[in-house]
Amino acid sequence: MLEITCPWCGPRDETEFDYGGEAHIDRPKDPDKLTDEAWAEYLFMRKNPKGPHLERWMHACGCRRWFNVRRDTFTHEITAVYRMGEKPPGDGA
Amino acid sequence: MPETYPRQGALDHLRLDARAVDDPGDAGVVMCARRFVGKVNLRGRPTKRFREAAGGALGFAPPVKPNTAAGAGGVSALWLGPDEWLIVTPPGREGEVIEGLRARLGGQHAAVTDVSEGRAVIGLAGPRAREVLMKGCPLDLHPRAFKAGDCAQSTLARALVIVHQTSDAPAYDVYVERSFADYLWRWLEDAATEYGLAVIRG
Ligand SMILES: [Zn+2]
Repeated sequence: MLEITCPWCGPRDETEFDYGGEAHIDRPKDPDKLTDEAWAEYLFMRKNPKGPHLERWMHACGCRRWFNVRRDTFTHEITAVYRMGEKPPGDGA
Repeated sequence: MPETYPRQGALDHLRLDARAVDDPGDAGVVMCARRFVGKVNLRGRPTKRFREAAGGALGFAPPVKPNTAAGAGGVSALWLGPDEWLIVTPPGREGEVIEGLRARLGGQHAAVTDVSEGRAVIGLAGPRAREVLMKGCPLDLHPRAFKAGDCAQSTLARALVIVHQTSDAPAYDVYVERSFADYLWRWLEDAATEYGLAVIRG
């Protein structure tokens, strides 16, 4: 079980949260202009690193806000939590 | 606001009044169903203008500190999010609170919604009330982390709840979605039995 610090509510058990996948993926401004390859790249392709990963979580059972987490996918260590619209601290992932 | 339809409390079918005692004696846990508590969802960014308008209507400003409640004159505001509160009123007073908020917040980007029927409120008090909650709630309820005036949204026995600690005695009000009220009441009763349970009138 992870303990995740909601940027609003503070530390809570993982069971209160929903996972939202990789963070900082911008939806293309004009999808109609994309090739199928470019659309598939946006839709399906993810970094999937073994190590630090910038990802989205949502405090589903609490304040219901989305936010960003930097979590090591191998050790599960969480090294940063920051709000939507904020840049990852330091050098990112 | 006049009653326009017959209302039924979410736990009325349990006939709790028939079991209610006047004196809980040395019961470790005291529970009650609070019927028809008024609940108003308030949304808006907590700018100075918003807080002044809402504060003017309520008599106090909605709290901006997460996981806290504020109140005056029997009305409370529970922090639900950075732009969301649950305003709690005594039964029957939600109408005037809604009208007051809407009048003062007119023209602002805000929403005032009557959600009184959405949740049931279970009162949980007594010297062992904290232990009962700890059996099924992941919140840190230790007095150094959670005390009178604090509130939090979380889960209790896997049901979504708002827990509001109203006294350091301790005493809590547990807000649960209406269709989970029967389940949660029964779960709490089961959890409280080992400490000695008394039911009182809400
Ligand atoms: Zn939260």
